[in-house]
Amino acid sequence: MTKRVYINSVGSVSAQKTFENDSFLDEITVHYDTTISVISPNYKDYIPPAAARRMAKGIKMSTVSSKTALDEAGLENVDAIIVGTGLGCIDDSEKFISAIIDNKEQFLTPTRFIQSSHNSVSGQIALGIGCKGYNYSYVHSAASFESCLIDAMMQIQLEEAKNILVGGVDELVAHHVDTHRLIDHIKKTPVESSKLLTSKTAGCVMAEGAHFFVLSEKKQASTYAELIGVRTYNTLSKEQLAQTVTEFLREHELNSDAIDLVVLGYNGDVNFDAYYDLLTQDMFLNTAQAYYKHLSGEYDTASGFGFWLASKVARTNTLPAAARLNQITTATPRTILLYNQYRGEYHSLVLLRQC
Amino acid sequence: MGKGIAITGMGVISAIGNNVEENYRSLVSNTIGITKISHIDTVHKNDIMVGEVSATNSELEAQLGLSPDSWSRTSLLAVIAAKEAIANAGIEDINAFKTGLISGTTVGGMDKSEQYFYEYFENDKTWHHINGLHAGDSTQKIATELGMEASFTTTISTACSSAANAIMLGARMIKSGRLDRVIVGGADCLSKFTINGFKTLMILSDTYNTPFDDDRKGLNLGESAAYLVLESDAVVAKENKKVLGYVKGYGNANDAFHQTASSDHGDGAVLAMKQALKVAGLSTDAVDYINAHGTATPNNDLSEGRAMVRVFDGKVPEFSSTKAFTGHTLATAGAIEAVYSVLALQNNVIYPNLNFKTPMQEFDLLPQTELKQKELQVVLSNSFGFGGNCTTLLFSKQA
Repeated sequence: MTKRVYINSVGSVSAQKTFENDSFLDEITVHYDTTISVISPNYKDYIPPAAARRMAKGIKMSTVSSKTALDEAGLENVDAIIVGTGLGCIDDSEKFISAIIDNKEQFLTPTRFIQSSHNSVSGQIALGIGCKGYNYSYVHSAASFESCLIDAMMQIQLEEAKNILVGGVDELVAHHVDTHRLIDHIKKTPVESSKLLTSKTAGCVMAEGAHFFVLSEKKQASTYAELIGVRTYNTLSKEQLAQTVTEFLREHELNSDAIDLVVLGYNGDVNFDAYYDLLTQDMFLNTAQAYYKHLSGEYDTASGFGFWLASKVARTNTLPAAARLNQITTATPRTILLYNQYRGEYHSLVLLRQC
Repeated sequence: MGKGIAITGMGVISAIGNNVEENYRSLVSNTIGITKISHIDTVHKNDIMVGEVSATNSELEAQLGLSPDSWSRTSLLAVIAAKEAIANAGIEDINAFKTGLISGTTVGGMDKSEQYFYEYFENDKTWHHINGLHAGDSTQKIATELGMEASFTTTISTACSSAANAIMLGARMIKSGRLDRVIVGGADCLSKFTINGFKTLMILSDTYNTPFDDDRKGLNLGESAAYLVLESDAVVAKENKKVLGYVKGYGNANDAFHQTASSDHGDGAVLAMKQALKVAGLSTDAVDYINAHGTATPNNDLSEGRAMVRVFDGKVPEFSSTKAFTGHTLATAGAIEAVYSVLALQNNVIYPNLNFKTPMQEFDLLPQTELKQKELQVVLSNSFGFGGNCTTLLFSKQA
């Protein structure tokens, strides 16, 4: 029999105050902008100041978030570390490029180049806890985090690992924002969080964050939920979406009536939110619906926030009011489906179950 | 004992050839691809040697029927190599089976990003490159060009073991039944970003790289793309496919020693090699040839050499690094050397470790320096990267 996969802990640094696991969106920070930075924890509580000074923000956020997850799972080490990131420590990449250009390839130092390597986060975590196990970094835009989940599930099911640290991290950086605003991937006018879906403008509100989880073969007191299935699709037409969701659920011997809560990656981009409408206005019209990117902002691994939200809902039987998309409530959100896509590509379906 | 995953197609473009056949001919005729840099205008042009793909971007674009300045060079190389692999595997309908694509890259579209970094704000003709920076972009371009729909695609970036890890993931996904068929490999073009990055680390040689030589001065950067097609036994049987070789074993471990350097004792490399042998169910004496990572940096060759001595208990089989031919092609190294390993198995040859003169003082390891005919059953290939990332692949003639 295939091993089950449990989400045994969570860790989050995001645009909401999520870095402490004992609260669950009790106070909401309302943003009114086109970009949002994370609400930073006091990094000194987690990282020696001398080390923190040299660290890229992506590494700092990940250090806090991964440490939170490891502590909650009661682990000092794991069998594997798998990190997803759209752009890695892109602040260092951009500063290294501008230094190359501005200084005509002279007087450069290696630190920024080293940190700009896409796997610097997974490497740093391994170095920090002395983990010599499997160490991967997925860099596939909005499917980076889901690629980690697929890999980790496969390892636990094939009994290649017992405990795996998985995570997603991305930084918000000026040059990246400025260039992506040029091509309308980021909104040109600010929008208030609660009005994101009615903005009717192109692009997203871009943000940053780091979300880590321990996935394990054994259930324990700290367990949030069971991870049932994950799939990603490079393309999906609107016509294919409903059928694809149905097939995904059928693979797990479920139909749409079995879903108690659907968590959607709406990001307020008038050109692409229609994908989500297809599900909320039809297959899941009478199902409790949640969304989160008005709280977290959009970034390649923002679906890590969605996964965090769904895990918390499963554990607490509570969906915070700020994340509710419709009026339908469910007392026991037993089976939760997440759907995300970015600009019509990088579609993913994730299925969790209470346990 | 682990059963191998069938390899049914290969494609490669590198400094020593524009396809698999040309690469093989170069390897067996001591034709190296290391030259002064010609496609990138860098202040370091007189201080470094590189392994460049000879074609210009315009020539690659013409080959693919693209208008000028459409894509990053990484994507151009990637699509050319991936198409060769698909043709070689005789695939006509890419969506006929559950097909995936896993690609490794470190630079992605960095060549265009560094070129237009400031110009983006002045010239909207450059804007199509803005979203080409992220590493997944070249992967999606391959998927589109191959006509893949509603498929599993992903991108791995673990520095210089990226493509080796793509191959390992692909083999695992077929073994677990998640995919029937998967295209695995990687692509990286040369860029000022990597040239200057490695320059700051002071590990670039100003002359031809000399793997495992006591006087080695560092690496030559290279560029390439290489892809392999892996297929399940069911697909191979159903389609009556010719099998080129098998991915027999794989292992990934972390050195957890330093951000960029490998440990002197090579712990990560030892773990990766042992894991690969364990997955394959093979003992060390089954390995007939090692295609070493052998970048010719002082650090890598010492660490890797020590690791080989440890794993093989002093009885290291014939080994060589092909980096003297191609340069170090970063993310792609594991894929290009997978292609070379399969060619070695098919032709029963061990490639020479060129430019070797003086044995290293730390151990008495002598790489194979002449082309050698030898009946090969199993080839071991190493790829190691920043972040302590160590990957070993085992390729075999028999399943």
